[in-house]
Amino acid sequence: MKSKSGDRTAGDLLLDMRDIRIEGFSDDVWHPIIKGVDLKLHRGEVMGLIGESGAGKSTLGKAAMGYAQPGCRITDGTIMFDGMDLRAKNDAELRELHGSRIAYVAQSAAASFNPAHRLIDQCVEATVGHGLRPDDEAKADARELFAALQLPDPDNIGDRYPHQVSGGQLQRAMTAMAMSSRPDLIIFDEPTTALDVTTQVEVLAAMRDIVEQFHTAAIYITHDLAVVAQMADVIKVLRYGETVEDAPARKMLAKPEEAYTRSLWAVRSLEKPQETSEDIILRVNGVDASYGSTIKVLEDVTIDIPRGSTVAVVGESGSGKSTTARVITGLLPPMKGDVLFNDEPLPLALKDRTKDQLRRIQMIYQMADTAMNPKHTVRDIIGRPLEFYLGLSGKKLDERISELLKMIELDDSFMERLPSELSGGQKQRICIARALAADPELIICDEVTSALDQIVQEGILKLLLRLQKEFNITYLFITHDIATVKAISDQIVVMFQGRVVEQGMKNDILSPPHPDYTQLLLSSVPEMDPDWLTQLLESRTEAGGMAASGN
Amino acid sequence: MHPIVRTVLQRLGLGLLTLFVVSVIIFSSLQFLPGDFATSVLGQAATPETVAAFRKELGLNEPAITRYVQWIGGVLQGDFGSSFSGRSQGREREVMELIGPRLWNTLFLAGMTAIIAVPLALTLGITAALYRNSFYDRAVNATTLTTISFPEFFVAYILILVLATLWKVFPSLANVRESTELADRIYMTALPALTLTLVIVAHMMRMTRAAIINLLASPYIEMARLKGVSKSSVIIKHALPNAWAPIVNVIAFNLAYLVVGVVVVEVVFVYPGVGQLMVDAVTTRDIPVVQACALIFAATYILLNLFADIVSIVTNPRLLHPR
Repeated sequence: MKSKSGDRTAGDLLLDMRDIRIEGFSDDVWHPIIKGVDLKLHRGEVMGLIGESGAGKSTLGKAAMGYAQPGCRITDGTIMFDGMDLRAKNDAELRELHGSRIAYVAQSAAASFNPAHRLIDQCVEATVGHGLRPDDEAKADARELFAALQLPDPDNIGDRYPHQVSGGQLQRAMTAMAMSSRPDLIIFDEPTTALDVTTQVEVLAAMRDIVEQFHTAAIYITHDLAVVAQMADVIKVLRYGETVEDAPARKMLAKPEEAYTRSLWAVRSLEKPQETSEDIILRVNGVDASYGSTIKVLEDVTIDIPRGSTVAVVGESGSGKSTTARVITGLLPPMKGDVLFNDEPLPLALKDRTKDQLRRIQMIYQMADTAMNPKHTVRDIIGRPLEFYLGLSGKKLDERISELLKMIELDDSFMERLPSELSGGQKQRICIARALAADPELIICDEVTSALDQIVQEGILKLLLRLQKEFNITYLFITHDIATVKAISDQIVVMFQGRVVEQGMKNDILSPPHPDYTQLLLSSVPEMDPDWLTQLLESRTEAGGMAASGN
Repeated sequence: MHPIVRTVLQRLGLGLLTLFVVSVIIFSSLQFLPGDFATSVLGQAATPETVAAFRKELGLNEPAITRYVQWIGGVLQGDFGSSFSGRSQGREREVMELIGPRLWNTLFLAGMTAIIAVPLALTLGITAALYRNSFYDRAVNATTLTTISFPEFFVAYILILVLATLWKVFPSLANVRESTELADRIYMTALPALTLTLVIVAHMMRMTRAAIINLLASPYIEMARLKGVSKSSVIIKHALPNAWAPIVNVIAFNLAYLVVGVVVVEVVFVYPGVGQLMVDAVTTRDIPVVQACALIFAATYILLNLFADIVSIVTNPRLLHPR
């Protein structure tokens, strides 16, 4: 172990995990998930645990509580928490520690709060259940924690049900829940992954302050290096269930030693020179749209997409990005305005469009998993648009499928595979091939990389750029990830609450001066600098009031 | 208006509409019943003139629509008409007079069964979920599956054999009268109630178990576990409140069955319930009684399903506490 105490003065050793081995059960066999990892954490210290999905971060985090999720078992190693051997404890003894001395903050607060109970009852459940404080005292304390975490109306927000507050508020309430018993250790399991960047900043700041205030030790699990840079004193990088690198945060960020750690930065370094063209392939012209009610989801949206370039649409969830895509594809006919394709107006509704019009605009989705029929082989999936749009069959069909597989850097051995036999990145490649099969002019990419790990993301983005160059395809790229936008776009459209805030060439949009919302959005994207969050909050306080918005 | 009140009113309206459609279906399908009351009462030897005269007296010669309107108009005022049978002997009886005591008996038996079966099924389902895959879980599943797999009359006769013949704990006949005291009534109805309990418990128990187990994979259940909440609290406090909707639907379905589908058990125990009355009325082509029974059965189904709907809505905080 190279781990040393970080910036803050660390206390005694609180958690000492040695040679931890954990197995998971699938396909009737036990597979190793964690293969002999050591972890040391001192009182008051925050450790960042990073790695791509499947690296075993969450499993290791839960093991720090002595807990193995259903389908997993801890097979070897010792877990010493404050001098107690957690592996030697039975369920009832572990329950005594959970929610009193060790607390857990889950990834999706929306799913991890019980929909049937009020927030405050859930926040104090463990504290009261463990007999640490009487109910009224715990609730009074919870209200103070709500205030400390800057939740609006802290005295009453606890009486609400989970569905009545926003995702960012829920995540803060969950931090209050963890803090209620004043634990020695909190496991944060990707607590901000499901949030918008603008919301993430506030939640991060709230979590960091409260952990500091009570001198709580924490393990902060994430796949986002920049986030961990703000939170952690020490960082541990995991891959395939093994430790890659351990170092104090600042040292790790400044000088990562292992090649793998450096590769985690890779996407952020991918960059494409911006290009433009006068030839507008698609124009969304003054579109208003709504889902059946009188509330407009889109208002007067006008977007120009030049041929052969990539237009990125950015904005937080609910800003109307995906709705715009639905209008273009005809899935949601707009109330007002029209869509011009190659200067010709497209019929607004999908059913009125000709096969050829449909063929020219294709779409790739965020969840490749759900966008493919699990019972179809790769051949069926790619072959379907070839038969439907181009009428290919027999030998020609097979040749074309094989050609398309080559384009997405896969070989013929994939033809007979089912989606379940593919990795996340391969699934998304098949979806790309399916879109390409129709020989389209415009491909709408809806958050196509956000479910993927950074390294896989990089591969997909490179592939998209290469295909664009070869076939002069136009992309409309919907994303909330500014790093991706920097990497691949020519033009940027910023959306907020159903309106286009700003539209222009990438370099113009990304350089100041910005309209307020663009400024908020761009400045909220975490940077690798460990002082970024502190400086950002200071600058916002000076600017006055900006930090309060965005929820 | 609170959205719940609105939804309930909406459902109530839909229920009434369904009942109306059902009444039309009942009425028109009875038109297709082969033979009619007049011929079956007067016998094969009756002259066409006698039959025609008798039909006229019963109002059977009117057009179907007129008869439907007369019938439904009466029903809306609580008048189900008078029974055909007994008419020839000059002892005309109101349909409600025939059905009333029988319906009360049926509801009594259904209620008694429900009081035993529903708590039993819930307890078994919750404990089976709690000790999932244990010997207890398997035993409960196997037993309830066995009892549901046997035909009702078989279960009934086995119970009679064991509890009435070998050990004389309960009487084998449940021929209660209107004058029977409550205590006696409970005693006499014990065996039919037990039979029905054995028949319906499996369905409700298995749904309770499945609904709870289905929720055990939710992130909020793992969160509760990681908060150190005890096993039983996880199930009762965190899983059950979210599992009511499917459970209540199955309970409602089974309760409706207790009212409308227990004629076999009634026959075995000679219990004077509505089921037997309806079967008799069908054999004698006593149309007003058949219609009334069918309508009451339909109303039972609709009411119980409405109840289940309302419970699912009220236990869903998203609907109960809108944003």
